[in-house]
Amino acid sequence: MTDVQPKIAFRHVSKIFGDGPKAFTALRDLTLDIADGEIVTVVGPSGCGKSTAMNIVAGLTSVSTGECLVDNTSVKGPGPDRGVIFQQYALFPWLTVIKNVEFGLRLQGIAREERRERAMHYLELVGLKEFAQAYPKTLSGGMKQRCAIARAYAVNPSVLLMDEPFGALDALTRVKLQDQLLDTWSKDKRTIMFITHDVDEAVYIAHRVVVLAAKPGRLQEIIDVDLPFPRNEEVRLSPEFTEIRNKVWRAVYDRSAEAA
Amino acid sequence: MIVSNEVAVAEPSRDCVAHLSRVLWSVLSFVTGIGLWWLATFSGLSVLPSPWTVLMRMIELAVSGQLWLDMFASLRRVLIGFILGSLLAVPVGFLMGWYRIARLVIDPWVQFFRVIPPLAIIPLAIVTLGIDEKPKIFVIFLAAFLSSVVSTYQGVVSVDRTFINAARVLGATDRVIFAQVIIPASTPFILVGFRIGLGSAWATVVAAELIAAQSGLGFRMQQAQLYYDLPTIFVSLIAIGILGLIMDRIVVRAEERLTHWQERVRHD
Repeated sequence: MTDVQPKIAFRHVSKIFGDGPKAFTALRDLTLDIADGEIVTVVGPSGCGKSTAMNIVAGLTSVSTGECLVDNTSVKGPGPDRGVIFQQYALFPWLTVIKNVEFGLRLQGIAREERRERAMHYLELVGLKEFAQAYPKTLSGGMKQRCAIARAYAVNPSVLLMDEPFGALDALTRVKLQDQLLDTWSKDKRTIMFITHDVDEAVYIAHRVVVLAAKPGRLQEIIDVDLPFPRNEEVRLSPEFTEIRNKVWRAVYDRSAEAA
Repeated sequence: MIVSNEVAVAEPSRDCVAHLSRVLWSVLSFVTGIGLWWLATFSGLSVLPSPWTVLMRMIELAVSGQLWLDMFASLRRVLIGFILGSLLAVPVGFLMGWYRIARLVIDPWVQFFRVIPPLAIIPLAIVTLGIDEKPKIFVIFLAAFLSSVVSTYQGVVSVDRTFINAARVLGATDRVIFAQVIIPASTPFILVGFRIGLGSAWATVVAAELIAAQSGLGFRMQQAQLYYDLPTIFVSLIAIGILGLIMDRIVVRAEERLTHWQERVRHD
């Protein structure tokens, strides 16, 4: 998948927070290509810089050295071409569900009628149509995250950046949302960079799993997931899945044991 | 797509019963308090006027119009001072929360004046502003401004970064973030500031009238004190309490309406 132009490219990216003796290297010399339409999951122990890497693509964090490219253009700041889904949902609690989804559309100056229509379409996609007029506080964690996903989809980004999006949810809801994500992906083939600490999740949804090591955050290993799509329970319970899962687990665990 | 019905539905009947029992307890508490007061005066344990005497005086003062004039005078000062104070506090608070420089320049002054009881400003205010309404309104303005400015600024500073980031990745500019994220997100804090500000404005006006005024509930008490007129003091105190309570309730209601979207812990 590397002979065509990558969708996202890290070129020797380093990120150092602070300076002097208190400086902290969050990420050291990361080089990584993510192809168009590819799902890449990033796993690693805490402090491995996985969120930093995602924030750099999102344009929320600048690089210290190196370069991050999206569509061959250096990332200078955030933009609606890259949708971000946060672990804490980050829904605006003072807006109703539909107003949350419309937020990005309104910023693009889309007329009210069309805005409504598009927001409704995405709410239907995530199964929240009936809750359009509800406030986020009345939703469960899973529903909140589905709303956040609809909000990200609504502005039609070419890249989805997901920072442990299902981390705060119970196991069953998590699996449902993983399947939903893959289902949507099978239709639109959007590039997805997905941060997680759950090894099963990382293997289940990805084409490739990127394992980062901590202190300093750096690339440890890239593991190909040669499992067929569509992914389902059968795949999840297959010996091939277990084998890859164990491989990822060892890559993560060996390093974190060493660091501790 | 899975739709789960996890929205809590309130049971109206149970809510109603809970409300009724709350009201009943309040009434019981009130009646007991008045009863104890009556008992203390009736048995001669206390030189205080009885509830009956106070009620008679209240009716007398209400009929003569004196009570309304006093209430109006005090309320007018509070509202003018409070509105001016809050109107200035909100933009200054936003400025302090949004721009580091503004915070560094303004904050020391706010912190300094905050520790001075507003009443301590009265002598200075009278000397420099004269003896009419200006010094009183100024002191109330100061009291309201100082409590509102701190909470507005706290509100802006404590806006969750992820809200700002979420808006930013959807394409929001700084101006949009300010208008559509910072302002709504800090509204709960601002309203808490208003509530505290109104409380301290009310406390300040009464005290200011005790020292320097020719009208108002505080002034009336001061006069009554000279003539050992205990019932009038009681009437004034009760009026101060009731008006304070009403104003507080109004702000609380406004708060509930404007921030109904907030997730909050219920205490009932």
